[in-house]
Amino acid sequence: MREGLKTQDGGIQYDLSASTFSPDGRVFQVEYAMKAVENSSTAIGIRCKDGVVFGVEKLVLSKLYEQGSNKRIFNVDRHVGMAVAGLLADARSLSEVAREEASNFRSNYGHNIPLKHLSERVAMYVHAYTLYSAVRPFGCSFILGSYDQDDGPQLYMVDPSGISYGYWGCAIGKAKQAAKTEIEKLQMKDMTCRELVKEVAKIIYIVHDEVKDKAFELELSWVGEVTNGKHELVPKDVREEAEKYAKDSLEEEDDSDEENM
Amino acid sequence: MLEESTESEWQSEVKTGTTIIAVEFNGGVVLGSDSRVSAGETVVNRVMNKLSLLHDKIYCALSGSAADAQTIAEMVNYQLDVHSIEIGEDPQVRSAATLVKNISYKYKEELSAHLIVAGWDRRGGGQVFVTLNGLLSRQPFAVGGSGSSYVYGFVDAEYQKGMSKEDCQQFVVNTISLAMSRDGSSGGVAYLVTIDEKGAEEKCILGNELPTFYDQ
Repeated sequence: MREGLKTQDGGIQYDLSASTFSPDGRVFQVEYAMKAVENSSTAIGIRCKDGVVFGVEKLVLSKLYEQGSNKRIFNVDRHVGMAVAGLLADARSLSEVAREEASNFRSNYGHNIPLKHLSERVAMYVHAYTLYSAVRPFGCSFILGSYDQDDGPQLYMVDPSGISYGYWGCAIGKAKQAAKTEIEKLQMKDMTCRELVKEVAKIIYIVHDEVKDKAFELELSWVGEVTNGKHELVPKDVREEAEKYAKDSLEEEDDSDEENM
Repeated sequence: MLEESTESEWQSEVKTGTTIIAVEFNGGVVLGSDSRVSAGETVVNRVMNKLSLLHDKIYCALSGSAADAQTIAEMVNYQLDVHSIEIGEDPQVRSAATLVKNISYKYKEELSAHLIVAGWDRRGGGQVFVTLNGLLSRQPFAVGGSGSSYVYGFVDAEYQKGMSKEDCQQFVVNTISLAMSRDGSSGGVAYLVTIDEKGAEEKCILGNELPTFYDQ
């Protein structure tokens, strides 16, 4: 039984505000915020030997949309990229927060913000919105990635509760379990960005549900030695090669299924 | 004939009319300074250490108004303490220099101090930064203070790229010694700080142990 529901005899509700715990120690508003993320389409980020690659399954809800609109991958600073899942408006607002943090850091200390520090600062901001009844938690998770000559590639994920963890590979959104299974199969520590881009595209194509969701655009971006530390969308030729690899791999699997029959 | 002085010594601003120098070598830096603090014609302190700690492996050399320079150094020391805990590692020399520069530039009309920031960090090795009047510039070596005018020729002629740690220390001591002998506002003892990967080592060279040159 969901404890958040109002019971017939007028029982107490624990899910009306973020400033209330339930008797079993849960903050329901934060959990509901995480549900909002799970309703969104998938985004994945993987860290490899010499960089980080992001892939986002951007569902196209209408043929009238301009191609490339409603981007889900943002640039936070020259060397940091951010891929999001959940309520897009919340995510845009947080990307501005992250940009300001990175900019202030650079202004005060004269160099690029270390990714661990940035993700902790933004996570602290997200967490603040889980403390008060006057505001609601952010309904989005996001993955931050960067590459630095001395510290190498870094990948962090922040969720609506305000936690940030470092990862070698992570997935957020509706197909995150399926994506995580695919990511675990990869030996990412030994791969380069060029190899990884193709695998990321393949994973997005694998987890995309053809039946429930129809058209989608694949957003791919990377940051690493291959881009000299600058986060940018993957160039057209690399993207086409990656999508072709993804589509061909899927066809192969379909064919092998038919043979087994 | 005795003349009474109408000017009390406290009416003149306390300046560290000074000689300060910092030099990079492969693997670290050497900072040096004299120790004289003057208020007008009076020597208020003849043994002041003008090499101030900003962090474990980052020091700065103070010159100009004693109060201004010390206050800036203390503020930046505090800010670096907080910063290094936040990022979870030793701060970069560039960060320390940027913090000094931000204060020097914002309050440039009110302050009269020039700090040379030098230290070691794991990314860039030994680095020297100049922050005069709110600019920020990295240099292989830098001199500052009133005594520096007398030794520009010496340092330009004698500096060589790729000096060893011991060569740098000798170079710094020679420069300070020469400046102290010509600049009335510099004198006392010489303080030296050598910073490398292992840490910072402070040294004081007394007046009679300083190298002597022509006419001494």
